[in-house]
Amino acid sequence: MGNESFSARITSGDNSILPLKTDEDVVRLRKQVRDDLVALGFSLIEQTKMVTAASELARNTLRYGGGGEAHVSRRHDNDRTGVELRFIDNGPGIANLELAMTDGYTSGGGLGLGLSGAKRLADEFQIDTEPGKGTTVRIAKWKML
Amino acid sequence: MSNKSTQLAAVIAEFQDQLLEGWLAGLESRLHRDKSKTIDLRGQAAQFLPLLAETLQQTTSTNIEDAGWVDVRQLLAEISQARVRQGFTPIETANFVFALKEPIFEYLRKALVDNPLQASEEIATASTLFDNLGLYTIDVYQKAREQIILRQQQELLELSTPVVQLWQNVLALPLIGTLDSSRTQVVMESLLQKIVETGALIAIIDITGVPTVDTLVAQHLLKTIAAARLMGADCIISGIRPQIAQTIVHLGVNLEDVVTKATLADAFVVALQRAGSSIQLTAGR
Repeated sequence: MGNESFSARITSGDNSILPLKTDEDVVRLRKQVRDDLVALGFSLIEQTKMVTAASELARNTLRYGGGGEAHVSRRHDNDRTGVELRFIDNGPGIANLELAMTDGYTSGGGLGLGLSGAKRLADEFQIDTEPGKGTTVRIAKWKML
Repeated sequence: MSNKSTQLAAVIAEFQDQLLEGWLAGLESRLHRDKSKTIDLRGQAAQFLPLLAETLQQTTSTNIEDAGWVDVRQLLAEISQARVRQGFTPIETANFVFALKEPIFEYLRKALVDNPLQASEEIATASTLFDNLGLYTIDVYQKAREQIILRQQQELLELSTPVVQLWQNVLALPLIGTLDSSRTQVVMESLLQKIVETGALIAIIDITGVPTVDTLVAQHLLKTIAAARLMGADCIISGIRPQIAQTIVHLGVNLEDVVTKATLADAFVVALQRAGSSIQLTAGR
């Protein structure tokens, strides 16, 4: 009841910004992403793939980036519609991107499949990182109209 | 100081009925959201006003932390807690006290019309008092909300981790909801504990109710399975839906060393075979 106005979500049009500071924020992001995908009519399989990719990247932001934020936006082209996610942190950045993208490599005790797995699960994947300047990962999932 | 508070007390005692009507009018205009709550308001307001007057007459202090204010604090706390349950917002809760300011100031001004200097001092004192009382209601409101959240978190933690015995030597762990670190820890411990207690050979971990299986969840599952194996029990993962199967493949998580089944029923059949039992359909049914 009226809780929406108290959540830390900032909404402007089709964009929302969610903080990523705690494990609960990751859960909240997953729900937000799933709601957007459902609203745009994505299939259950596509929903699950994108939500899982979002979960991986959000946890990376939290664990390796020291927290940050996620930007969720709906995108519309002439013949397709989609959801774009950006994960932004001001953490230490990734020194060796090629190594970080390798299946099975981890610097934090995980399975080492988060980044590479998210790339395989999304339709678009782009990463900008520089040591000492933080990391921004952008993924998108599209659906033909 | 004492002179000022008695003046406020005198005004409240003398004009109690008028203040109550003015207060309720103010409250109702602020609470236009839901008229059904106004009946309750009248009762609470009628209880609060005499108690406030009495307190102001008995104590010279306007510090609501003092012992003399204990009854007022208690009544406000009860009202705030009731509002949390009724779904009021914090602003609506605090307005209960704040709405009393205007009528009180009005009557203070009238009572001290010959002495504007004293009137402004009285109003300033009363204002601080009501601010503190209003903030107190928000504080209680917030704490009551936190209590509810905390209780729900603990309930969820407890609720979501039942380990059940399906058959001799066969355990099942139906997982539901989000599997993040603290919960997974509880799940893992309760499963291992139950394996020790029952000496079970097979444990079925059912993930039908887990909406997202990412690498962290997969890692937790693999660790649980490895720990169970060290204790002499094999695990079967069941409830892998098509979309989860596809996602796991794309992620590149290796579950090849783990026995997996689509449904709990399938997993149960495998478990029975391993435990040396079987179920037969009786003819005629």
